[in-house]
Amino acid sequence: MRLAAYLDGIGVLGPGLNGWPNTAAVLSGRRPYTSAPTVLPTPAMLPAAERRRTGRVVKVALGVALEATAAAAADASQLPSVFSSSGSDGHICHEICQALAQPEREVSPTRFSNSVHNAPAGYWSIATGAMTEANVLCAFDASFTAGLLDAMAQVAVDRRAVMLVAYDTEYPPPLHAKRPIPDAFGIALVLSPSLTPQSLARLEVALTEEAFDTMREPQLEELRASIPAARGLPLLEVLAHQGVGRTIIEYLDIARAAVHIEPCR
Amino acid sequence: MKNVVDTKSAMAPQLLEHFTATSCIGTGTAATLASLMQQHSGLKRCAFETVKIDTHIGEVPGVDGQRLPHELRKFDCRNNRLAELALQQDGFLETVRAAVARYGPRRVGVFIGTSTAGVMQTELAYRDRDPLSGALPASFHYATTHNSFSVADYVRQRCALQGPAVALSSACASSAKAFGSARRMLAAGLIDAAVVGGTDSLCLTTLYGFHSLQLSSPAPCRPFDVARDGISIGEAAAFALLRRAPDNLDPDALLLLGVGESSDAYHMSAPHPEGLGARRAMQSALAAAALDPADIDYINLHGTGTPSNDRSESHAVTSVFGATTPCSSTKGATGHTLGAAGALEAVISLLSIRNGLMPGGVHTNRVDPMLTAHYIRENKRAPVKRVLSNSFGFGGTNCSLIFGSAG
Repeated sequence: MRLAAYLDGIGVLGPGLNGWPNTAAVLSGRRPYTSAPTVLPTPAMLPAAERRRTGRVVKVALGVALEATAAAAADASQLPSVFSSSGSDGHICHEICQALAQPEREVSPTRFSNSVHNAPAGYWSIATGAMTEANVLCAFDASFTAGLLDAMAQVAVDRRAVMLVAYDTEYPPPLHAKRPIPDAFGIALVLSPSLTPQSLARLEVALTEEAFDTMREPQLEELRASIPAARGLPLLEVLAHQGVGRTIIEYLDIARAAVHIEPCR
Repeated sequence: MKNVVDTKSAMAPQLLEHFTATSCIGTGTAATLASLMQQHSGLKRCAFETVKIDTHIGEVPGVDGQRLPHELRKFDCRNNRLAELALQQDGFLETVRAAVARYGPRRVGVFIGTSTAGVMQTELAYRDRDPLSGALPASFHYATTHNSFSVADYVRQRCALQGPAVALSSACASSAKAFGSARRMLAAGLIDAAVVGGTDSLCLTTLYGFHSLQLSSPAPCRPFDVARDGISIGEAAAFALLRRAPDNLDPDALLLLGVGESSDAYHMSAPHPEGLGARRAMQSALAAAALDPADIDYINLHGTGTPSNDRSESHAVTSVFGATTPCSSTKGATGHTLGAAGALEAVISLLSIRNGLMPGGVHTNRVDPMLTAHYIRENKRAPVKRVLSNSFGFGGTNCSLIFGSAG
């Protein structure tokens, strides 16, 4: 069974990767990769009161979502979305667990409301006015591909455009030692059921058990292997080369997703 | 009048081949139904762990004593113990095994909603940090307890499934939305059957968190009561086995007919005052099921028992259904089981259809006259063909499910 969709817009943020044009230049070999801490934009689209409360996980998700919807010329307020991440806000989780280990157990109400896994989806809907559905997923290291499958199924079954936002941020110590995600990373893809003037490529996704692809550049491979959202890098690499291609991305255990890519331009 | 949202096409109905639920009102469906028949509540004064909050909770008996199979011991935490306890009821594991034998393990998917999974292991680990380095104890396993995916992975491994698996974590709408993801994967043909459900267990993060927001009641929660003053936190695990409905169905067969989802785009922890997002979710569910509001016999409300939630939901329900469709919240009996509420109340909706029972809301003494929805406090016995169940959550996320019998 294959699921097909057109890719209309891409957003990327990660260590040394700032936006799709920059990332495409690196992944196509036109520019060398230089590792640097992820630069997270301030979500100017949010009202001031909400902006103050947002942590890194909201910033990376909204940052890539904004880039992808702008590139796709999509009306964000009408676009359903799939948010997929291996964890919620690690810094908030640390602060709550630390507070609960004290005798007073004083949990901040704002931190508690922002601790939910769907906080970035909630802020995105507040920022864009989108009353459309947002599905919010977690599949640990398989979160990117789980999100891709859910989004592709939405396009295939409900015949409508959907945005996938896959993102992860780091935990502070001591949780960092148990879950060593090095930095923030996000990929957003706007997928639609039919060809649009913005369509970059046609994607076909199927489950397989073939060996998965890795990144040739060692530092990029380190990113791919250490941040769940970066498991999508091999897909971005094929897209950056703008040719017909096929890539196998990691999923669960021996399951993988095979993605066939045909450029539209 | 047909509603206006997303009327493109009705969704393909999905067959509920089997289901089970475990909450403070019952371990398994027989005990759950008996409690609903007797209007029994499982809420008790909170004496959970070391928690010192003046509140009532819906604690499931026997979770502490539950053991996991030896090969899955890394998953050991309250949340997965609760999942294991629930999976053992009603012959559910056997039904899943039969589905695996029929379709093959790669063709059975897992879709489990949870809000906090096994975060309590991390809460406990933070009390046990190394005094010098601050490190968490070696016995703490993040991936198989704390991480939201842990419960979906537990169910997957426990049932020896190899199909797509995912946890859905949209706060208190999590396990309602699990039905949405599962039905799309079934309709897309990626899988032939899906284990769908939710598991959320008591932990300090939610008990102290809701307390900090002044959203938990000291008394057992009283949804839609004029004096309602907050939620009672509960815990539950509920599962269903879903597959594409065949053409020839027994009239008693139970179906998922509609799923409607929306976002409030309003506030992170407060509902839209007029329930616009909730209204949109109910209308979408009706459109997906190709039903009119008058086709719904009973509404299982989200009905948490906070002043603003119930006001918003009543507004939304009345705007779609008018003021005559019987509705109630079962949270006065079960407590608010957070990420498991959608799946638990899906099972209650299925029991309602199968047994012709509209469960009256317990603990509610006097219905708030400002709330215009037709809230029932007494059990009503009558044929129930279709039920709509609401689940809403932080982040302004809404999901309505419609279940019905085939005949």
